[in-house]
Amino acid sequence: MLRNLRPAVGICAVFFVLLGLAYPATETAIGQGFFSHQANGSLTAYGSTLVGQKWTSPRWFVGRPDADNPMATGGTNLGPRSKVLVKDVAAQIAQLRKDGITPTPDLVTTSGSGVDPDIAPVDAYAQVRAVARARGLPVAVVTRLVKAQIHQPEFGFLGASYINVLQLNEALARLR
Amino acid sequence: MSFAWTIIAMVVVLAIAWRFLGAYMAAVFSGRARWLRFAERPIYRLIGVNPESEQSWRHYATSLIIFSAAALSVTYLIFRLQGVLPFNPQHLPAVSPALAWNTSVSFVTNTNWQAYSGETTMSYLSQMGSLAVQNFASAAAGIAVAVALIRGFARKGAKSIGNFWVDLVRGTIYILLPIAFVAAIVFMAQGALQTLAGPVHIHDALNGVSQLIPRGPVASQEAIKQLGTNGGGYFNANGADPFENPTGLTNFLSIVLILCIPVGLTYTFGAMVGSVRQGAAILGVMAILFGGWLAIASVSEHQANPAVAAAGMTHQPTGNMEGKEVRFGDTSSALYATASTQTSTGSVNSAEDSYTPMGGFAVLTGMMLGEVSPGGVGSGLYTILLFAIITVFIGGLMVGRTPEYLGKKIQAREVKLAALGVLVMPIVALILTAIAVSVHAGRIGPLNAGPHAFSEILYDFTSVTNNNGSAFAGLSVNTPFYNVIETFGLLLGRFAIMVPVLALAGALAAKKTVAASAGSFRTDQPMFVGLLVGVVLIVGALTFFPAVSLGPIVEQLSHGKFF
Repeated sequence: MLRNLRPAVGICAVFFVLLGLAYPATETAIGQGFFSHQANGSLTAYGSTLVGQKWTSPRWFVGRPDADNPMATGGTNLGPRSKVLVKDVAAQIAQLRKDGITPTPDLVTTSGSGVDPDIAPVDAYAQVRAVARARGLPVAVVTRLVKAQIHQPEFGFLGASYINVLQLNEALARLR
Repeated sequence: MSFAWTIIAMVVVLAIAWRFLGAYMAAVFSGRARWLRFAERPIYRLIGVNPESEQSWRHYATSLIIFSAAALSVTYLIFRLQGVLPFNPQHLPAVSPALAWNTSVSFVTNTNWQAYSGETTMSYLSQMGSLAVQNFASAAAGIAVAVALIRGFARKGAKSIGNFWVDLVRGTIYILLPIAFVAAIVFMAQGALQTLAGPVHIHDALNGVSQLIPRGPVASQEAIKQLGTNGGGYFNANGADPFENPTGLTNFLSIVLILCIPVGLTYTFGAMVGSVRQGAAILGVMAILFGGWLAIASVSEHQANPAVAAAGMTHQPTGNMEGKEVRFGDTSSALYATASTQTSTGSVNSAEDSYTPMGGFAVLTGMMLGEVSPGGVGSGLYTILLFAIITVFIGGLMVGRTPEYLGKKIQAREVKLAALGVLVMPIVALILTAIAVSVHAGRIGPLNAGPHAFSEILYDFTSVTNNNGSAFAGLSVNTPFYNVIETFGLLLGRFAIMVPVLALAGALAAKKTVAASAGSFRTDQPMFVGLLVGVVLIVGALTFFPAVSLGPIVEQLSHGKFF
């Protein structure tokens, strides 16, 4: 028993210094040195491109109906046969219809993070008409804008194509 | 189509890891890898361990348990004292005693069950000095036990099975730290946070939104969280949070990191027992089970979500997107969830609680098979070797011969220890589930109603007892009842399996080998692979089928009903 005490306490101390302090400190130095934009939160003048925000239709492209609170991340956790989920989705479908947007699956469901910053290209195309009308822009111009914002999957196959809603709306704001 | 390419890329990368990381790990644990001797020697001197000395299985197990107790104490103290310790820019108060206890036990047992929300509970010091350190240490301890069992098979007439302290140090600095160090850089380059600066306020002039954006040393933790099959997220949303898992590339990297050591250890096993084919047979079993469960999960998640369809969105061409991130999509999320639940990882990139009934079935039952395909770092290998012993025993019963495995006679003691190791998990998981559904404090936990409420509780105890850590997260678990009762599952699921495994290692190491004869059951042949798959499936099905019927299966069958 006792002869294990010194190695046990010693190794905890060594691991704390090596893995708990030196390792993250070195990574932080690398991050701040080489990837400071990403390591500090991918911030633009309007927020973080990795945190979803609430946008109001139809002047802006809307994201998914998440809570968008980065201090309380997580999904709704509503099950596949949840009455609450049926009600929430139905309400979201009605809201989108009212805004002149054809509902798509991503725009009526919430994400796993609760701060999903992205939508699929099809979700953006569904909003083009409404946005163009509200801003008095030709549909073709807004469509072109959406097209330019599509991020392809990494190496062409990892993950899905997506559009970052903040980047899309920043580009929209620059149109004027 | 892109999903097929993802699978192909994963198989290629894992094949490389199997061959080369596996061989490297064999070199590390045979003492042949020496390039970090300059760092290793001073550590042994400091802790007073002679690296040349070896331990009996009893000493090995004692060292493991005392180390875990010490790690638990340090982790708990940091949580309780974080309010007065440095690296706490949010001025977070001490973690409550029940939550600190639950989280310490959970990280020391390689579970990383998240009863806490990182962004509002844990200071940077708690994240770095408690959570991340245990991500390394618990993973290295798991690998150490697996290596001790391999030595049991490889040695003849030996009294010792290695030195726990040496295995712990070597596993950490030769294997985990170098890989995590490189992987963390990729995470950062892709967008993961890595800063010691506090949260930042943003205001968006375009839409009037103000947000407080949490930050911290995320990438360094993310890398080891996946590599060590730990799974405890920096943030509450875990691998779904874009700050942890920003792109499709980091998602793929996460999956590969989760699987590479458990897969590689089968090569290490083969190399150390002197026949790579033996390791390949074990890998074959893992691959068959993994492939089957991946098929169930990805096909199910590509279906429409019944509740979303009932609300009027019947056409869901991209599958069930409730609880999933757009940048990953349905099938990549299902692949991640399969990798995470077939190992002891338990990190999530999507809300498993919102999976379709059969998708939820896949992630739940993936754990119920004992996490052997390929299982957690170390734990996957030693658990499947327990099943292998039971398999040769059953094979021996069929033909009426004393069973052998890798030249070792498998006798009453070995079969008893293997059966004990295999049965601890189902017994503990089912008893704890029964307790929770029988008492008020347990029944108030679930968020959802109907069969899904039962699934949430069953998933909880299956997860903690398997040291997985993923959740049907609708369950409110940060209560004194759940925080305390879960720790029984956590501790028994870890140590009540590890100790029999080490006893087995000791018993096997002491045996002489017997020469294989024409009548020996070959354990590097498809017949053995098939039989072992069957044993894993039958043990899992016999123990859990009734419970699963009350959860996901009845949910799948209740067409058109909502709760």
